[in-house]
Amino acid sequence: MNSTVIINILRFILLLAIQVAVLNRLDLFGFLNPYPYILYILLYPVNGNKALLLVSAFFMGLLIDMFLNTGGPHAAASVTLAFLRPTFFKFSFGVSYEYQTIKINDRLSPERFSFIFISVVTHHLILFLLEVFRFNLILTALLHTLYTTLFTLVICIITIYLVKPAKQ
Amino acid sequence: MQQIVNFLFKNSITLLFLLLLGISLSFTIQSHAYHRSRTITSANAVTGYVYEQINKVEMYFSLSEENQKLASENALLKNMLFNKKDTVLAAVPPSLGIYKVIPGKVISNSYSLQENYLTINKGSADGVKEDMGVVSSLGVIGYIEKTSNGYATIISVLNKKFRLGAKIKKNNHFGTLTWNGKSTGFAQLVDVPRLATVVKGDTIVTGAESTIFPENIPIGTIEKVYIDKKTNYYTLDIRLFNDMTSLGYIYIMENKDREEIQQLQQATVPPNE
Repeated sequence: MNSTVIINILRFILLLAIQVAVLNRLDLFGFLNPYPYILYILLYPVNGNKALLLVSAFFMGLLIDMFLNTGGPHAAASVTLAFLRPTFFKFSFGVSYEYQTIKINDRLSPERFSFIFISVVTHHLILFLLEVFRFNLILTALLHTLYTTLFTLVICIITIYLVKPAKQ
Repeated sequence: MQQIVNFLFKNSITLLFLLLLGISLSFTIQSHAYHRSRTITSANAVTGYVYEQINKVEMYFSLSEENQKLASENALLKNMLFNKKDTVLAAVPPSLGIYKVIPGKVISNSYSLQENYLTINKGSADGVKEDMGVVSSLGVIGYIEKTSNGYATIISVLNKKFRLGAKIKKNNHFGTLTWNGKSTGFAQLVDVPRLATVVKGDTIVTGAESTIFPENIPIGTIEKVYIDKKTNYYTLDIRLFNDMTSLGYIYIMENKDREEIQQLQQATVPPNE
């Protein structure tokens, strides 16, 4: 239990640091930045304290917003993702997911992939709609969502594969 | 009463979610609404410190580039110094006299969003206040949006909320500088009257009516000319002199007479008009 808490705190700080120091400055093709900090929300223990997840996801988003000067869309998207996480678990792993021992950071199975995919799409859609915040630019927001989703997805999966052996 | 408590207890997670979502949405809406209305900015001690540290490392990679910029600016200044007679009047606008210049450094730069902000390492402790103009050796960058003790955020030219009175240098026709959110190299000059003769390649400079910038600070050159069919005004694509994706040292312009001018204008124009 204790080590889980420490791992999650470390993960929070590490993902935030990497996001702020490296990934926010990538600007691939001039506008593409991946947001793999949501791995913190995805990898949070399945049966962990939900209120804690919501609050920490909120602060994760708020800190990212602060560094990016964006106002609040990251916070809103992160909180929504944290709240919807159990629903996505149910969708991907079946109704009785709470009784199984699910590990997201393991080999990529269709269930795990669908879970990560839905989460990333939801998060990015909310994020970009709120960031653009104009009806006449909805198409731009959707395009950004599409490209960034692909980018984030790849980075997330690579990260999971890379970090997994170190933990065992 | 019992039932209310039970309801709250049962739905505590949902209520917490709605509360947090409400807070973040209000931040979002606030930040899109007005200038300087945002609560969450990078002009605070924590983010400022982090960006400063990152910037220290990053500066090593662009040292030669920065050197070159400073050297070329030095050359320009020396040129002015040695050719006092004819160039100084043209290069340094006479209105510069009422402006105080504070040098600073960009420690965080964004240009991939619709509303872009920069963070600099000078704040209210150095005399930086809101609505001061920011320029580089090449031209206009933006104006100060918010300040903290040691840092400030700049609303960049590449921001949909950015508005600046500008004119064509040759014939003094005025327009408003905006950005359409499409390319980092180009801004738009809108509402230029059809009377104006507009030639591709003409220089655009800041206008005289601004209390934020001195007159005649360079902005860019005309790249393309459109005619707005609805309003019958010209819209011009301006190629910016500044490469907004790589900014280093900047200068903050403080207009010493700004308050006086504003007080005068407020006293002259009755409110609610």
